[in-house]
Amino acid sequence: MYDIVVIGAGVTGAFISRKLARFNLNVLLIDRENDVGNVTSNANSAIVHSGYDPVPGSLKAKFNVLGNKMFDQISDELDVHFYRIGSITVATSEAQLDMLKGLLERSHENGVEARILSKEELRDLEPNVSPNALGGLLAPTAGIVDPFNLVAHAVENAVDNGVVLHLDEEVIDIKDLKNHFVVKTNKASYESKVVINAAGLGCEKIARMVEDVDWHLTPRKGEYFVLDHYDLGLVNHVIFPLPSEKGKGVLVSLTSSNNYIVGPSSELVDDTEDFSTDGPTLGDVRRQATDLIPSIPFNQVIRVFSGIRPTTSRHDFIIESSKVNPNFINVAGIESPGLVSAPAIAEYVVDEIVSKLLNLEAKKSFNPCIKKYAKLNELDNKAREELIKENPEYGKIICSCEKVSLGEINDLFARSVPPHTVKAVKKRVRAGFGKCQGGFCSPYVTLIIAKHYGINPTEVKWDKDGSEILLEEVKHA
Amino acid sequence: MLNKDLVIIGGGSAGMAAAIEAKKNGVDDILILEKDSVLGGILNQCIHNGFGLTEFKEELTGPEYLQRFVKQVEELGIEYRCDALVLDVTKDKVVTYSNAEDGVVSLQAKAIVFATGCYERGAGAIQIPGDRCAGIITAGTAQKYLNIHGFLAGKRIVILGSGDIGLIMARRMTLEGAKVLCVSEIMPYSNGLNRNIAQCLTDYDIPLYLSRSVSKVVGKHGRVEKVILSAVDDKMKFIPGTEMEFECDTLLLSIGLIPYVSLLDKIKAEMSSTRGAKVNDYFETSIPGVFACGNCLHVHDVVDFVTDEGRDAGKGAAKYIKGLVEKNTTILVKPGDGISYVIPQTITNKNADSITFKFRVRRPIQNVFVTFEDNGNEIAKFVRPVLIPSEMVMLKLNQAQLAKIESGEITVSIKERK
Amino acid sequence: MSKDLTCIVCPRGCRLHIDDDLNVTGNSCPRGAQYAKDELTNPKRMITSIVRVKNRENCMASVKTSVSIPKGKIFDILKEIEKVSVNAPTHIGDVVIKDVLGTGSDIIITKEIK
Repeated sequence: MYDIVVIGAGVTGAFISRKLARFNLNVLLIDRENDVGNVTSNANSAIVHSGYDPVPGSLKAKFNVLGNKMFDQISDELDVHFYRIGSITVATSEAQLDMLKGLLERSHENGVEARILSKEELRDLEPNVSPNALGGLLAPTAGIVDPFNLVAHAVENAVDNGVVLHLDEEVIDIKDLKNHFVVKTNKASYESKVVINAAGLGCEKIARMVEDVDWHLTPRKGEYFVLDHYDLGLVNHVIFPLPSEKGKGVLVSLTSSNNYIVGPSSELVDDTEDFSTDGPTLGDVRRQATDLIPSIPFNQVIRVFSGIRPTTSRHDFIIESSKVNPNFINVAGIESPGLVSAPAIAEYVVDEIVSKLLNLEAKKSFNPCIKKYAKLNELDNKAREELIKENPEYGKIICSCEKVSLGEINDLFARSVPPHTVKAVKKRVRAGFGKCQGGFCSPYVTLIIAKHYGINPTEVKWDKDGSEILLEEVKHA
Repeated sequence: MLNKDLVIIGGGSAGMAAAIEAKKNGVDDILILEKDSVLGGILNQCIHNGFGLTEFKEELTGPEYLQRFVKQVEELGIEYRCDALVLDVTKDKVVTYSNAEDGVVSLQAKAIVFATGCYERGAGAIQIPGDRCAGIITAGTAQKYLNIHGFLAGKRIVILGSGDIGLIMARRMTLEGAKVLCVSEIMPYSNGLNRNIAQCLTDYDIPLYLSRSVSKVVGKHGRVEKVILSAVDDKMKFIPGTEMEFECDTLLLSIGLIPYVSLLDKIKAEMSSTRGAKVNDYFETSIPGVFACGNCLHVHDVVDFVTDEGRDAGKGAAKYIKGLVEKNTTILVKPGDGISYVIPQTITNKNADSITFKFRVRRPIQNVFVTFEDNGNEIAKFVRPVLIPSEMVMLKLNQAQLAKIESGEITVSIKERK
Repeated sequence: MSKDLTCIVCPRGCRLHIDDDLNVTGNSCPRGAQYAKDELTNPKRMITSIVRVKNRENCMASVKTSVSIPKGKIFDILKEIEKVSVNAPTHIGDVVIKDVLGTGSDIIITKEIK
């Protein structure tokens, strides 16, 4: 019998599991994907929002602001890139200037530091901003984070502290036996006293396995451009337009890896599995972005992608026990600002909800820090040289665009959340993230994965089942 | 820090030729740094024949062609390191590389030749509509999987782009058991050599559709299931109602090559419209003592010309190291009507015996003059019956013609023959 | 039966025309004329392919026909190549199949693998 089964190893499930790992509990974390953080947490703007714009009093406002304050410590403990570069919401008309004042008031209501920038101040901070820009709202606490390793390392830390992780396993039914639940997956059944539903886009489906909930989720798709490492200084902050009912709008930002990201679009869709992109939508993103920053070099685009986030009928996060059984906890609709809110949501779920259901006894051995990764690109030549002497694999570069060594890739396999796919390697160490998009390194990475797992290269997947990269080995003679 | 007279970054066709020529011109202290485990660069995977007709007057495969240069490199005792990726280069010509045996090594070079080749434009760069699933792969990557490692990345294939690697791979994959359904080219003309269309497509009854591109990739279950091609109008917009649907497992991309110049970018060498560096008549970039040649300068269609350019850059670097560079002018060379780029972008030695200019036309064109003009005054005029964008054009101005240049700028243009 | 064809002898790709009497126009060299004549009477091709290197991991050695072979025999010859594997080191010119299918062409290695 598990104390808790957490369904979903996205950013929400990851931080809830890590928080639960602080206590003497048997915790099982299940995800149907073959890697953690593989759906909504994998494809978003990767912004640690300041919390200036959610409706005061909403869960979004509360957890965004609390979560933002936690990120310095989290990024340190989990060895994740995080930079507080600040955000600027840009006004391009007199009417928008008035709206900025409203936003400033809202910031203060939410307890978020912010101030209005004059046209001149704005131009000083952001020389490439549109000549039409009349002013901005600076929120200095906003930041950018590596969303992939944020989730991977949070789960790694949870697993290192005793949480059991089952990937590639889909929950197909939950039986509420009143004193406990039976969580049935496509592979096994598990008994658990408490179930936490953090299944992202799948939350409503999972919730309806135990209760006819009064809320529903609508998938909302956002399409993005990613630009190559380009001259630093295109933008120095996260640049937002004024928010609308559709969300925060198309932003232009530096990323934690010194790329630039432009997006997202925002369209309600029916299909949670349709991650396609299309020309007209991206064209629209491009137009909106160039309204803010006219000189975006779109010839430096190396990738486009789309993410799908769950919007709720309540227009706010849903974080509550089920009405039919308080031991079933829904953590649903964690759309933007979900990434920044997740650590604070985890605190709340465990301290305020789980604590009333289970006896929480602190685990003495809990270590909030993961073992630091060797990141050769952050070392000076001398330190790099020393590492190569210890392990020559650090001297063999596999991905020449992002300068990722064989040693760094092989290190991943020794961790508690090792990658199984080419995409998972890409997310962890950025092999294939550069200008050639894996053109040169993907054959190496494919063969490295095959060798590590002792499988034929034709079995290596790009991502999910059915995404094998190679179809046939030729010439068996 | 170690000193080196000449560091050559990239041990492919251009880099090896540059090294050999520099050595022959009296530079002894040379190091070639190659990121792969063997010399030869991309030719290692170009196992088809057709190389060496200019260079050796015989037809060789890629590996045979490269081996002739490896042999020279070894016979001349030119030092090289494989599995050695250059991590950093400075404007002052300090080159830092890493390799498993040597660790991290920084070298102070007197001159550097960039011969880093090019990379393939991918699906993201042109924003192919539809799913981003497995089975969308660039032709060169599929070539590496097949020719080096023995794996087919696809069995039923649609090829987008009629670049030469795509055409070559259409044949290669057909020969090794795959079915290539078609090649689709967005332009109204092919971007590959005519010879490759004949021997790679026509021979195997593979249709080539012009003015057509991928309007949607369908692959919701992990891998490509379907590719839809639509005709495009003259503004490159899809024309509704022209869809052709192909059930397939792979979309192979041959949609362009881009000079691989991150490090030249980093040291702020001036860049040209080829996305490679601007060079002068010594193949020197805007940074003194830093040279560039081969596909990292502009993408070539014939390797023999890469070799030739490598030699020129090696010669330039040797002159630089020995203090023999003669610079007596600064004449900008501009692409005029009908021309997309010209190399070199600057002439610095008007007294040269001759200077070869390399360029490409913007669209296929017949029966034209190529003119070199200085403020409207004709310096030279060449008749050409056919010019196509996929074939690089080389024209030489001799000393007498160079002497006619009076201003600081000449323009190379295409003019109709009346 | 006259024919228009693209010469594949070299990368130049001349547009050739050959008439019923085997007169060739459009060629830039004698090899082009010969190619057009062969193409009408007995089309031939060089083939390049790969063979597995057994004592190396995921490693192939490239091979070619030592001379052009009849176009109609391409796939039969590939089936013969399929049956062969080698061990490294390999050297350019190593013969892996002698006189393949009686065509007079050997299948030879084109790559040095240490």
